[in-house]
Amino acid sequence: MEILQNNLVLLALTFGIFYGARQFQKWTGWIVLNPILVTIAVLIVFLTLTGIRYETYAQAGGFIEFWLKPAIVALGVPLYQHLGQIRRQFLPIFLSQLAGCIVGVVSVVVIAQMMGASRETIVSLAPKSVTTPIAMEVCQALGGIPSLTAAIVVSVGLLGAVFGFKVLEVWHIKNPYSQGLSIGTASHAVGTSRAMEKGETYGAYASLGLILNGVLTALLAPFILKIIGI
Amino acid sequence: MIRQCFIIFACLAVGELIVWLTGITIPSSIIGMLLLTILLQVKAIKLEWVKGMSDFLISNMGFFFVPPGVALMLYFDLIKAELLPIVVATVVSTVLVLVVTGWTHQRLKMKNEE
Repeated sequence: MEILQNNLVLLALTFGIFYGARQFQKWTGWIVLNPILVTIAVLIVFLTLTGIRYETYAQAGGFIEFWLKPAIVALGVPLYQHLGQIRRQFLPIFLSQLAGCIVGVVSVVVIAQMMGASRETIVSLAPKSVTTPIAMEVCQALGGIPSLTAAIVVSVGLLGAVFGFKVLEVWHIKNPYSQGLSIGTASHAVGTSRAMEKGETYGAYASLGLILNGVLTALLAPFILKIIGI
Repeated sequence: MIRQCFIIFACLAVGELIVWLTGITIPSSIIGMLLLTILLQVKAIKLEWVKGMSDFLISNMGFFFVPPGVALMLYFDLIKAELLPIVVATVVSTVLVLVVTGWTHQRLKMKNEE
């Protein structure tokens, strides 16, 4: 079974499973079957069954993970394209983002702390609302466990994509701009892809929320944690 | 392609340099992203110089975090031990973010248009 530990075999497997998972989601139309989540689950089962150590897989996975940082830099392009829109509606967008960012970090940290979570877990939870590459970087910079963050972030995304619009309706938030923005703020890329399905306006505002909350959380989370005393 | 890679990696490298010089806890990639936005805004670089590469990277962003997600298998014990705080904090906080962001934006937008 030595051949299974080959980097290129493990890379091919990762691409293949992701492709299969994406096709499967398209076929079933179920948002819950997020291809990222499915691929992670299938790979963990595969590694456990074959007895391949995570460290071995990580050597192959590193080639894929490497592209996370350039991908975040690339978000500068849509941010630039949205600048006009942001400037025209600066106060409503900026203040609601700021409120969402602070509430998101403070609430998750305080609740987890009250329920007795360890420091590592609390720090890993702090950036849970923002897109995974950013969240993982924030988590790493603060001394959390990036892969724990990754798993939580995907779950949060699924939560927002599946129940987000219902929650907003219940609270009488019916404006399409506000709905899109808060879906992107709370549940990043997974929520944004759901918002895209609902319409162009929802999608554009969701991606705006995704980027802005990513930036704000990266900038503010270290200070918020310091103030709370984590 | 080479120019596209050069621009993106140069932004990232400057971000790393800034982190290394100042020791701040902001990810280098965020600094790189803001730098790219500024460069596009001041027309130092043209949109078509990065567009292809950035579209490719953004549309495949989800895939890139599969490997770090797999590392989860190393932390099953930790998650099992703290499952309740993790789930409760995450769910409550997500609902709060949705409601607070949406409500604030809807309110301020109405005021802005009055």
